[in-house]
Amino acid sequence: MFGKPPPVQNCEIANMSVVETVGQATVDGLAYLGDLTILTGRSLHAVTVAPFQGQRLRGQRAVHQAMSAGVGAVPILSLISFFVGVIMALQSAYELQKLGAIALVARTVAISVTRELAPLITAIVVIGRSGSAFAAEIGSMKVNEEIDALETMALDPVQFLVAPKLVAMALMLPCLTTWADFMGILGGATFGVGAAGFTLGSYLEATLHSLVLRDIITGLIKSVMFGMVITAVGCQEGLSTGLGAEQVGRSTTSAVVKSIFMVVAVDLVFTMLFYFTTSQ
Amino acid sequence: MRPRVRRDESERQASGALAISVRNLRVDYGEHEVLHNISFDVKAGETITILGGSGSGKTTLLRSLIGLEKPSTGAIWIRGHDLCCIPPRDMAEMRKKFGVSFQGGALFGSMTVGENVALPLREHTRLDDSTIEVLVRLKLEEVGLSGYEDYNPAQLSGGMKKRAAIARALTMDPEILFFDEPSAGLDPIIAAGIDDLILKLKHAFAMTIVVVTHELASAFLIADRMVLIDKGNIIAIGTPEEMKANQHPRVRQFLDRVPDAEISTDEGFLDRLTQNLRL
Repeated sequence: MFGKPPPVQNCEIANMSVVETVGQATVDGLAYLGDLTILTGRSLHAVTVAPFQGQRLRGQRAVHQAMSAGVGAVPILSLISFFVGVIMALQSAYELQKLGAIALVARTVAISVTRELAPLITAIVVIGRSGSAFAAEIGSMKVNEEIDALETMALDPVQFLVAPKLVAMALMLPCLTTWADFMGILGGATFGVGAAGFTLGSYLEATLHSLVLRDIITGLIKSVMFGMVITAVGCQEGLSTGLGAEQVGRSTTSAVVKSIFMVVAVDLVFTMLFYFTTSQ
Repeated sequence: MRPRVRRDESERQASGALAISVRNLRVDYGEHEVLHNISFDVKAGETITILGGSGSGKTTLLRSLIGLEKPSTGAIWIRGHDLCCIPPRDMAEMRKKFGVSFQGGALFGSMTVGENVALPLREHTRLDDSTIEVLVRLKLEEVGLSGYEDYNPAQLSGGMKKRAAIARALTMDPEILFFDEPSAGLDPIIAAGIDDLILKLKHAFAMTIVVVTHELASAFLIADRMVLIDKGNIIAIGTPEEMKANQHPRVRQFLDRVPDAEISTDEGFLDRLTQNLRL
């Protein structure tokens, strides 16, 4: 009489659990997006509105951040972009030569690098160098009560710490992306000149003919968004660090993982936006 | 009735007799109530020590007083302002009149000692660099750290970090100075030096000082009045002499440094250790 409950009930319980888990994850994800939006909004307010209300614009701190996050990333970004350019040329040449269209290598490299690879590779390099550093720096300050000290000195941590980083990253990411465009094309040219019968002049001419300004602009618009996303995630993770040095490590790891996910998600949204607005 | 109570409190605060008034303060961390119905006053120019064991809630009380924790219920009045209702701009103005020395110093590691001390002046005043430099030297001189302007906080000893933090707390000539465990983690000689510094500040500037500590010798030396907290409740308030004469069992246990009864004997200790095994 009191045997095992019918399997259908177990399924219902299991389904409820899955629904609850997915629902909770969705709510948490939306709440996190809300936190990022608020942090970005407060930072933008600090650099656009607050200076007209008598508050200081911390230009020097922004320049310092720009030097560290931007100029400091140039050597490693140059190398990676160059290699990606060569790899892209090799991969496209592999298929194109079967079709007897190896001359299209320059075009393929130019479009893929400027529209997609340079902004994405730049963002990933900057996440590794600066996004993680933001989380670690602010997380350590949280653990050492330095954030509390700022508040008790009537200094807003967002205005003091986050806003200069946001300005620096929003300005430096497009600059780095432009440099990565150049280095990627140079990588493609190295292959083109060495193995595809181009001269340096003819390769660059083919590149210039295949590119339109829109290709570069869309990449740069995306890079500005990536800069803001990386700053917001790195700083948010730092500000939400718990107690203890171990938590700083967790925040740093979390900042890198979440930044990569967010950058790819933003990339998808903007690429879709650009696709549907130009194809109509 | 509540507005009337608030107005009375405001009138008392405005008269300048009280620097801080805490009324029926309750603070919760999630579902855990940390402070229960805390009420006390701090007179202007008075040095008060908040004593209590680890986990008693004394640091939470300090964080509430400086506006870092929001009370669940109750009110904190500082210089005539109710912290729960104060607009952010007024809160910022009030905090410029606070000085806070944190337990670990909380000096900014990316700045030199001089830059740390200069920070409030650079952010809140329009003084030129040379004036700020002179004021920084003066503040460091006050705490016995002259000549250390260009050192990084990491190069300082524990006692020197606390002194540098006090110098930074003094930069804006605060009306109320808060200390969180000023002598924790320091050897007795350095700790005595910090006590001596607090006494000098008290006598030289007649500022209101609130010190959170569990160091009994230090607390009795510097306090005009003492507040003893146990498990989130105030169990005694009074002058050091009144505290010494207090016969409340928990006050006596704390002041006489007696462990809790269950572990005061070897059997009690073993009994507690094996309690879980028997369940």
